[in-house]
Amino acid sequence: MIRHNGNIKDIEKRRKKNMFYFSLFLFATLFGVITLAVLLVDVFIKGIPWLDWQFLNSFPSRFPERAGIKSAFYGTLWMLGLTAPIAFILGVGTALYLNEYAGDTKLKQILQININNLAGVPSIVYGLLGLGVFVRGFALGRSLIAGSLTMVLLILPIIVVASQEALKSVPSSQRNASYALGATKWQTIRRVVIPAALPNILTGTILALSRAIGETAPLIMIGALTFVAFVPGSPMDSFTVLPIQIFNWTSRPQEDFQYIAAAGIIVLLVVLLSMNGLAIYLRNKYQNKY
Amino acid sequence: MAIIEVKDLNLYYGEKQALKNINLEIEKNSITALIGPSGCGKSTFLRTLNRMNDMIKDVKIEGSVKIDDVEIYDKNISVEILRKNVGMVFQQPNPFPKSIFENVAYGLKIHGIKDKSLLNEIVETSLKGAALWDEVKDDLKKPALGLSGGQQQRLCIARALAVSPDIILMDEPTSALDPISTAKIEELILELKKDYTIVIVTHNMQQAARISDKTAFFLNGELIEYADTEELFSYPKDKRTEDYITGRFG
Repeated sequence: MIRHNGNIKDIEKRRKKNMFYFSLFLFATLFGVITLAVLLVDVFIKGIPWLDWQFLNSFPSRFPERAGIKSAFYGTLWMLGLTAPIAFILGVGTALYLNEYAGDTKLKQILQININNLAGVPSIVYGLLGLGVFVRGFALGRSLIAGSLTMVLLILPIIVVASQEALKSVPSSQRNASYALGATKWQTIRRVVIPAALPNILTGTILALSRAIGETAPLIMIGALTFVAFVPGSPMDSFTVLPIQIFNWTSRPQEDFQYIAAAGIIVLLVVLLSMNGLAIYLRNKYQNKY
Repeated sequence: MAIIEVKDLNLYYGEKQALKNINLEIEKNSITALIGPSGCGKSTFLRTLNRMNDMIKDVKIEGSVKIDDVEIYDKNISVEILRKNVGMVFQQPNPFPKSIFENVAYGLKIHGIKDKSLLNEIVETSLKGAALWDEVKDDLKKPALGLSGGQQQRLCIARALAVSPDIILMDEPTSALDPISTAKIEELILELKKDYTIVIVTHNMQQAARISDKTAFFLNGELIEYADTEELFSYPKDKRTEDYITGRFG
């Protein structure tokens, strides 16, 4: 028999305290997980029965049974297709300039601080900017290209920061090896620095894009439509996107539209998860190459 | 005939003077060892010979460095051509995360050689020159990072040989390697002397004594003594050289 020097009650108190903190942290973890699970289960129960080919292949309608997600889905694809290349080129270009070319000047420091801060600006502010600059200033109207350019501004700081981190992680010994063989700066960047940084740059870009796909506020601000009964055919066409369509359905009084909104959410989740999956796939693929 | 002539060379990092009035001549097809305690300026000196110091901020260089009678700090000198002629091997093996073949072909490609059969040929001769061919000839497509440390360093030497330099600078090339790999590299350096001029920084005085023809002893940015290796190690003229090689400091 083990002899206790202390008070038995004291031991019980300590054990209770131990149990209490364990429960507290477990609760903190489960809170988020369970809430999300409940939400997802709810969405799936409501949405799955409505998720059929008719729903995917129809335009919005006043009648829930005829309403579909086609124009919003194509709108989102258009947004992706326009936003991705512009944001990638501008973002990676900015990161390359700041990291590889710009000297350590005051101007660079000011730019750097501003880019870091821009990542925290609320998206509605970008909406206002897009409305003022692209919709009115450049007279692009409520078009896909105006919406995409607004999204480019929104995710640009995220891409720049992610790309800069990726470039910084390329060791200087690699650059020196290239320079010592007589390579120019651009040859070194193109053949050594970019290939080494690319997996992380791509990951950052795709994650930024998936944020753009889920954004609603700036697009409502620049006047994306909520009722589009056609598939956009050019960047100058008016458009809607998945989150706006979902928002529109949830604000309708008829109960059936809630179910359609749930089905729309499932489609949006599938798009987002595929993009994140692509990011993971690309990262692994390029890292295992050598 | 001297292939490298350095006259009245001073180098400053900002306010701090890192090299003081260096005068030195290096013969063609010789091995010159640069020795001295850490921070004495030997690596800095090595990097003035292929202008790798250019990339460090606030570096100021005075004096004359001539390679093959050409002033390498002249404005109209192309630093890319200079570095093609003056190759460098670093302390840590630093192959690119590419295949063995692509590593050796890298320098050729940046200098515009695209012909497949020519690339194959030069990659083979370079790997043979670096005594690595027999170990990797069936694995040229495999990743360079899969090689051992010693093999990686010989690959870096092959990569430097591929662009056919006249001079090869080596910055403590064996300090990250085990004794067997070190012995192989030393053997290789002696072999390379036939075709190249080699300048090697080393912390290892036995290594300097084993492989070099001439040795230069640096201390606090000054070139204290420069002589035939045997002479410098047997009959050092300067008290400070003697103290260093007998292990009294450093």
